[in-house]
Amino acid sequence: MNGAHDLGGMHGFGPVAPDPNEPLFHGDWEKRCFALTLAVGFTGQWNIDASRFAREQMPPSEYLSTGYYEHWLFGLEYLLVDRSLATPEEMDAGKVLVEPKPIARTLQAKDVVSTLSKGGPSERAAAGDRLFAVGDKVRTRNLNPATHTRLPRYARGKVGTVHLAHGSHVFPDQNSQYQGEAPQPLYNVRFEGEELWGSAAEPGACTYIDLWEDYLDAA
Amino acid sequence: MSQHHHDHGHDHDHSELSDVELRVRALESLLVEKGYVDPEALDVLIDTYETKVGPRNGAQVIAKAWSDPAFKEWLLTDATAAIASLGFTGRQGEHMVLVENTPQVHNVVVCTLCSCYPWPVLGLPPSWYKAAPYRARVVMQPRAVLAEFGTSLPAETEVRVWDSTAEIRYLVLPMQPEAAKGLSEAALADWVTRDSMIGVGIARQPAEA
Repeated sequence: MNGAHDLGGMHGFGPVAPDPNEPLFHGDWEKRCFALTLAVGFTGQWNIDASRFAREQMPPSEYLSTGYYEHWLFGLEYLLVDRSLATPEEMDAGKVLVEPKPIARTLQAKDVVSTLSKGGPSERAAAGDRLFAVGDKVRTRNLNPATHTRLPRYARGKVGTVHLAHGSHVFPDQNSQYQGEAPQPLYNVRFEGEELWGSAAEPGACTYIDLWEDYLDAA
Repeated sequence: MSQHHHDHGHDHDHSELSDVELRVRALESLLVEKGYVDPEALDVLIDTYETKVGPRNGAQVIAKAWSDPAFKEWLLTDATAAIASLGFTGRQGEHMVLVENTPQVHNVVVCTLCSCYPWPVLGLPPSWYKAAPYRARVVMQPRAVLAEFGTSLPAETEVRVWDSTAEIRYLVLPMQPEAAKGLSEAALADWVTRDSMIGVGIARQPAEA
């Protein structure tokens, strides 16, 4: 979706403001929000692509005026309602008002470290031949779905060169809609600065972007 | 609005932060009562990223790459396996690629669409990495952004920006400073900053303790 999250190339945000003494979390609520998101995620009621899509649902004006963990909190509340795990009334009240939804598993303290170490790989066995090879010229499609995509706006309709073939990976556009993993070949594509930004490009700069086969045509 | 209210009385205007705090607190009570989360698991999750997983892991990877050419070669051909051999695996680092800085090429990593970052080697990302200015600008004006971090590159050095749009996570192999040649692996790790592994900085001499 063409949301506020798709930031590449936007003007007007001012300089980057690194804080060398920044704490890992700003306050206890950020820690709890982080941990709650991961813990409920492990119940398997949604996938990583759906959780990114949930955060993208935040209205653009809110997205741009709030901090990172507020995006996470919005996403978590959205997913809990969307997956019928909780109601807005329950979240306001902070207590159970309707029967919990039966879930297959919860994350136990003793399993946290091993679960994190295992992670959730997105690579899958390749189903067929891939269309492109390293060195091929490709043009990104001009796609504007109202749902989740990982093709950034600044890289649509642009010509680049395949730099790496990553194997076959879960396709976020479909997986985020709970339509199955639909794995397909993933490539890393190099775009020259001028191709992306015209005369505003810095000399000698280029961008490498990971793109699924459905985002690409031969050029 | 003040972000530092110490008075949480009901008749007082809550700061934005307090509202968020209340929402998170209510959510935690609800989710525990529903049986969806184990409160002790939350504590372990937080402790893991506060004390165990962070950029010292990545520094170990880089220090080994600087001192062991065979390991560096392994990193460049199969970073996931090479990094796993040091015990760093899992969430947000399932598929790793190492990109090497040289006098000709400087690499810098971003996620313009969200906040993708290689957790097992760098921990959780700093705020600036997740915030709009960096995500908006580094793809279009990498040299200008690097300059804001105090990193200026020769005009002839190509700047490669890696936008992490999939589940592949990129780790930058910074150049080894001349003055750090010949040091032990343990000493080298102190030269590797978090920012040098994102690509907004370079490796440098550790400050005297």
